[in-house]
Amino acid sequence: MGTWLALVASLNGLAAGAFLLGAFGLLATRQMLGCVRFFRLQSLALVASIFLIAIGMRVPDLIAVALLDLAIKPLLIPWLLRRYVREELFRRREIDQLLNIPTSLVIGLTLTLTAYFLAGVLPPAAGAMGNINVPIGLAGLLLGAYTLAVRREAVPQLIGIFAIENGSLFAGIAIAPRLPLVAEMAFPFDMLIIALVIGILTRITHERVGTTRVGALATLREGAPK
Amino acid sequence: MTLFVILALPLIAAIVSALPLGRKLAPSATLLAAVASVCLVGRAALTVAAGHRVVAVPDWVELDGLGALILLLVAVVGTTAALFSWGYIAREENSRHLRQYYANYNLFVFSMLAVPMLVEPALVWTAVELTTIFAIYLVAFDNTPEAVEAAWKYSILTIMGGAMALLGFIVLFHAMRFGNEPFTWAGLVKLAPKVSPEVLESAFLLILIGFGAKVGLVPLHTWLPDAHSQAPSPICALLSGVKTTVVLYVILRFVPILNASGRINVDRWAIIVGLISVGIAAFLILQVTDYKRLFAFSTVEHMGIILVAAGLGGAAAHYGAVYQILNHSLTKSFCFFAAGTTLLAVDTRQIADLRGLIRTSPIAGVALLFGGIAIAGAPPLAVFLSEFSIFRSGIAGQHYIAIGLLAIFIIVAFFGILHHLNSMVFGEPMPQATPMTPVHLPLSSVLTLILAGAPIVILGLYMPSFLHRILQTAAQGLAG
Repeated sequence: MGTWLALVASLNGLAAGAFLLGAFGLLATRQMLGCVRFFRLQSLALVASIFLIAIGMRVPDLIAVALLDLAIKPLLIPWLLRRYVREELFRRREIDQLLNIPTSLVIGLTLTLTAYFLAGVLPPAAGAMGNINVPIGLAGLLLGAYTLAVRREAVPQLIGIFAIENGSLFAGIAIAPRLPLVAEMAFPFDMLIIALVIGILTRITHERVGTTRVGALATLREGAPK
Repeated sequence: MTLFVILALPLIAAIVSALPLGRKLAPSATLLAAVASVCLVGRAALTVAAGHRVVAVPDWVELDGLGALILLLVAVVGTTAALFSWGYIAREENSRHLRQYYANYNLFVFSMLAVPMLVEPALVWTAVELTTIFAIYLVAFDNTPEAVEAAWKYSILTIMGGAMALLGFIVLFHAMRFGNEPFTWAGLVKLAPKVSPEVLESAFLLILIGFGAKVGLVPLHTWLPDAHSQAPSPICALLSGVKTTVVLYVILRFVPILNASGRINVDRWAIIVGLISVGIAAFLILQVTDYKRLFAFSTVEHMGIILVAAGLGGAAAHYGAVYQILNHSLTKSFCFFAAGTTLLAVDTRQIADLRGLIRTSPIAGVALLFGGIAIAGAPPLAVFLSEFSIFRSGIAGQHYIAIGLLAIFIIVAFFGILHHLNSMVFGEPMPQATPMTPVHLPLSSVLTLILAGAPIVILGLYMPSFLHRILQTAAQGLAG
């Protein structure tokens, strides 16, 4: 039994590594399609971790949560985005970032280190195998927020939000694995509605403003010319 | 059971609104559902104020004092805004857009009604997210590039806040390990003394940052003036009047929990964050160029005032906080109805383009003047009384620095609002701003102005005893 648990725990460590890799990938890729792929990778790592924690800590409810997350995050959300956001936007490279990618990676590294220290403020994980989830989830949250801040395109910004949510869940699952099932079921559905609504909003933005470079949206401010 | 009916009404209205059966069906259904829900909510609030419990599902869907006040405000502003929409949205020629507007309107009201009656924090998070999502379409309704831009900024910043707050709610659930209580607001208050303080404090800070973005607390307020100026006016009334309050209510739920813990100084956080918002907003009010943005910044200011009042501590300050919540919702929704009427009359949002409104359109001019004076906090209107009660409780509690700063900021905002109003309402009308034909304001707009304006005057002179009881129960909820 001991070796079995050790195996599950080390697999969870692998999932955490993949999760962090996904977060850095979101930061580093210039292709919009690449953004979606790294988001998929990150979500799959999240699903794997939920599944492993369900086994390791014996919380059968979490298996249902993992299945629902599997259906919604890596599959349904990218499909919805493909459906609502024009194809040509997906083929594009993003050239307009606030900071260049090497600088972003260095900042990302600093954020990850910060997350390790900040994790001490949060309550510890419910079981020893989840210990790694708290700092990695927090790093995912910070990296997602940073991605959101430096990206200037609609789709990467939206994925930045999902990355923040992924980070919250990745840490949260380990801290409170026995959250009521109804609530845990509500989270992914919420994300689904967000993807739908913002996908449509992206299309409208493209139609009305002629670009999805949302960084260029700056007509509303104090003292703006009429 | 009553609570389920209250939730079902806007859902039914949303479905009926979506049916393509004539242009009058959607507004009538919406108004009917809103009026019915005001009656039911009023009855439920009175039951709560009388000391009884209104429970639909124990530990999940319940109504307590604080929730009852917020529920009542959502229902009331939901009704006046539905009435105002009648004439305001009728300009929209495309019937499909009209139906979409009302369907989304009802869903938005539904989600706002759900927040105060849910007592399980994780579900509250979901409901708050829904209020954000359902409002996106409504903000972008005018479909101009500016409206789309406002909707984009609004959705990105507030949904990001929601994703951060999610971690806070999960951390909060961790507190359940310290004892055997249900995961509800009341259960958390009982449990708080046993929970280690870092759990509660880290949860609170994550939620303060995350939901602070939705409330429009500085520095995450930048989306608020955009969204609240570009959305159609009835939606602005809902967003500024109750949506921000509904989210602030969730943050205020932490005041009794953290106070019960006894080892965390939540009051300090509330006062500092609140004062920063009031101060920045007061000085931004001075330089606005758009009168809807003027009222939007005033919302940021008032959210700060409420937070400061909640942080001052003590029964009198808590009463001041809930009193301010009530007066702000009623007055701010009126301000946006007045701004909407002005927009119908002169078709410009720019303060500089507006002169002598009182001659071009007396109704809009008087309404705008009255709304501005009321929200700035001039006596003897409602906001003045609640702000005064906050000052008094703060001085009694010896918070001299906080109250001194608060008073300075409120006075700056007061003169800022009056300065802009003076230049818009009085003076000689500009020749190009005068319409060729006299403006015909929709009857529903005038009716809304009377209905929404009456409580502001009445509450300034006299506090009905039933409302006083509701406020008292709400203030007790803040004390824990």
